Amino acid sequence: MALPAVGAPAPDFTLPVTPDQTVTLSELKGRPVILAFYPADWSPVCGDQMALYNEVLPEFHKHHAELLGISVDGAWCHAAFAKDRKLHFPLLADFEPKGAVSKLYGAYHSAGFSERALFVIDKEGVIRWSYCSPVGVNPGADGILEALEKLSGEGTHAA
Amino acid sequence: MRLKVALSEQDHVQGSDNAKVTLVEYGDYECPHCGRAHPVVKRLQKQFGDSLRFVFRNFPLNEMHPLAEPAAEAAEFAATHGKFWEMHDGIFEHQSQLSVEFLSGLAKKNGMDPQALADALGSGAFEEHVKQDFMGGVRSGVNGTPTFFINGQRHDAAPDFESLSEAIEAARKG
Repeated sequence: MALPAVGAPAPDFTLPVTPDQTVTLSELKGRPVILAFYPADWSPVCGDQMALYNEVLPEFHKHHAELLGISVDGAWCHAAFAKDRKLHFPLLADFEPKGAVSKLYGAYHSAGFSERALFVIDKEGVIRWSYCSPVGVNPGADGILEALEKLSGEGTHAA
Repeated sequence: MRLKVALSEQDHVQGSDNAKVTLVEYGDYECPHCGRAHPVVKRLQKQFGDSLRFVFRNFPLNEMHPLAEPAAEAAEFAATHGKFWEMHDGIFEHQSQLSVEFLSGLAKKNGMDPQALADALGSGAFEEHVKQDFMGGVRSGVNGTPTFFINGQRHDAAPDFESLSEAIEAARKG
C-alpha cells in the first residue's frame, strides 16, 4: 500500500482517544502534528517506540507539535497501556471499522495491524514528511525531529 | 542508521585508541535487557582484546525506569573521581538491588563520599551530561535499549554474543 504523497493534504479523520472522547485531525490545524502508526500496544520490549517518543516528547513540544499514536487496539486497551507506560500523549483507536484510518494512510498491514508508519503534518494540514519502517524495526525519533526542524526553518538543532 | 556523535572527552572508553573496532552502547541502568547485555560486552572484550574499544553512553528511559536517571548521574559522578567503570559494573552486576541507597553504598565502597553523591544528585549536576548523551542517541537513531553501534553502524540484530561477535569480526576484517 502506498503512503499518501508528501505535499498532499493529510486525509482527515476522527478517532476515539478515550472511551468517550474523539480527536479530529483537522481540528488540530495551526500546529504541526506527528502521526505515529504502530502495530500494537503491549509490545514486549523495553524502550519500545511509544516509550521512546514519550521520552522525546519535550523535544517535539519545542516545535509546538502534537503527537498522536495510532493502532488498531481499542480505547480501553490504549487507556490501560498508556497508564502502565506513563505515556503523556494520546493514543487513538483505529478499531471500528478496523484499520480504516491506517488504510487511508497506506499504513495497514494485511496481517491485521498498523504498520510502523510516521507522518509529519504542517500547521496547514499538509503532509511534509513520511516514513514507513519494517514492522520489526522501531524507526526511532530522529527522522521526526529532522522533519520538524525543517518546518521550523532551523538548520541545525541544539540538543 | 549511523552514529552521529563522534567520540569526545565526554565519553567513557575502555580499550585501546588503536583498536580496529569501536563498540558504542546506549544503555539504561534499570533496563533488564541492558543488564543481560552487560556480561555479553565483557565476553566480547575478552574475545577481541586489543582490537575492540568499548564506549558506554546513557540512554535512560525515565518514565519507565525511575532509577535509570539517578544511576546514570551516579556513574557520571563516579567518572569525575576516575571510577566510572567501577560504578557502571557495580550497578549492572547488582541490577536487581538498584536503589538510591544502593548507589550511595556503591559510591562509598569505591572510596567516594556518599554525601557528595547525594548533593550531586540533588542539584542535578550531571543531568545535562546525561541529557546530551540521550539526545545524541536519539539523533543517531537509538530506538530502545540497549542499542549498539559497531564502527558507527547501528546493530539491528539481537544484542547477543553470537550476533555481536559476528558483526565485530566483520568490522575487524573490513
